[in-house]
Amino acid sequence: MKYAYYPGCSLHATAREYDQSTREVCSALGIELIEIPDWSCCGATSAHSTSHLLSVALPARNLTLAGKMGLDIAVPCAACYQRLRYAQIELDQNEGVREKVAAVTGTVYENKADVKSLLEVVASLDPEYLKSKIVRPLDGLKAVCYYGCLLVRPPRVTGFDDPEDPQTMDNLMRACGAEALDWGYKTECCGASMGISNEAITLKLVRDILQVAEKAGADCLVAACPLCQSNLDSRQTHINRAFGTGFKMPVLYFTQLIGLALGIEPARLGLKSHFVATAGIVKFAT
Amino acid sequence: MHINLTAVAKANAGFLERVKAASGQDVAQCYQCGKCTAGCPVGYAMDEPPTRIMRLLQLSLKDEVLNSNAIWLCSTCATCTTRCPKDIDIAGVMDSLRIMAKREGRIKAVRSIDLFNDVFLGSVRKYGRVHELGVGMGHNLRTYKPFKDADIGTGLMLKGRMKLLPSKIKGQGEIARIFNEVRKLEEAE
Repeated sequence: MKYAYYPGCSLHATAREYDQSTREVCSALGIELIEIPDWSCCGATSAHSTSHLLSVALPARNLTLAGKMGLDIAVPCAACYQRLRYAQIELDQNEGVREKVAAVTGTVYENKADVKSLLEVVASLDPEYLKSKIVRPLDGLKAVCYYGCLLVRPPRVTGFDDPEDPQTMDNLMRACGAEALDWGYKTECCGASMGISNEAITLKLVRDILQVAEKAGADCLVAACPLCQSNLDSRQTHINRAFGTGFKMPVLYFTQLIGLALGIEPARLGLKSHFVATAGIVKFAT
Repeated sequence: MHINLTAVAKANAGFLERVKAASGQDVAQCYQCGKCTAGCPVGYAMDEPPTRIMRLLQLSLKDEVLNSNAIWLCSTCATCTTRCPKDIDIAGVMDSLRIMAKREGRIKAVRSIDLFNDVFLGSVRKYGRVHELGVGMGHNLRTYKPFKDADIGTGLMLKGRMKLLPSKIKGQGEIARIFNEVRKLEEAE
């Protein structure tokens, strides 16, 4: 299995541990990732809030670069994933947009590379094969899987799992020996970049998510998006100060938990760079 | 407050068509069930939650829509789009409204969000990728809150998760070209 890898801007900085654990896990599972040479930013929410054409033209450059590699694209960041998928659909179905994008990029787009979320890529492995690789099952760990918005919405764009009650990550956690708890906030919004531009809103949204996770009896939250992880993990001190709560909920990437179950050393999975310590979770991998 | 809807419709003739052309969505389809507002994570903070935005659009109440804080607070989580029984891409409509409001200079409702977009895209244009530290600090300075999230920033730095200097891609010129050409094309329209 070979993919063109589009890490996105966060995975080269604030979400380094997602990049690290992704590379470790994929290498252990025989998924070859080749980083797209000279990839550029997808434009994220700021682009589609500013110009529709810009929001398609920026991802188009990356789609073209991956197309030249002759590989499908694996995208760990939920926001990048949704923006690349959206651009691809627009370019395929909207001739007017396709022509304009060709004019502004100077390149004619050809649909060659399919865009897949990293979650989808890992979940596409034969479950028996994955189970055969587990050497340190996460027995007794109670996890709540948090998908956030952009992996599953809108379904017209993403469409690989149920938008209200997705199961892909839950099944992976079960394969690793953990208990994936049923809970109601799997796809609630964390406020995304409003953590920076309007923090009060993000604090309220994340407080609600943490509260429901705690009520469900979770030992940790499992994330698949760098911005979700950052809001859920690094803002807990601010939340506790604002609401008088006492949250200390570890928030791990699904790749970090799979990595632990595969027997990869915690240090190589970036497990020491979280705001809420993950040591209590690492202990479950026996 | 009394509003003469006939006069408003006359004064704002063409507004609804422009929204339709930009978003590809027919807001006349909305029958006000309220599902979008019920599921909206940010609805509690909006002056005009999504259901009302749809109704205001149907009545061509342009000022009420484009001056609302709602179009800026929308996080584009697309819960509304996913649940709409009439299959209207409400989050897509919000996108189009934000773009229209910005082009008309109506950005005071939630200035910090518009500023964030500017600083973020400025970074993309200059380097080809976002420099997170630069965006965070740039936004803080321009909103006069220099120490906002200083604790988180320091934490990230100590954990080796903050890149001090931006990295410029080789194709930065291609990205700058995209920005320039998009602007030219849109100004011509």
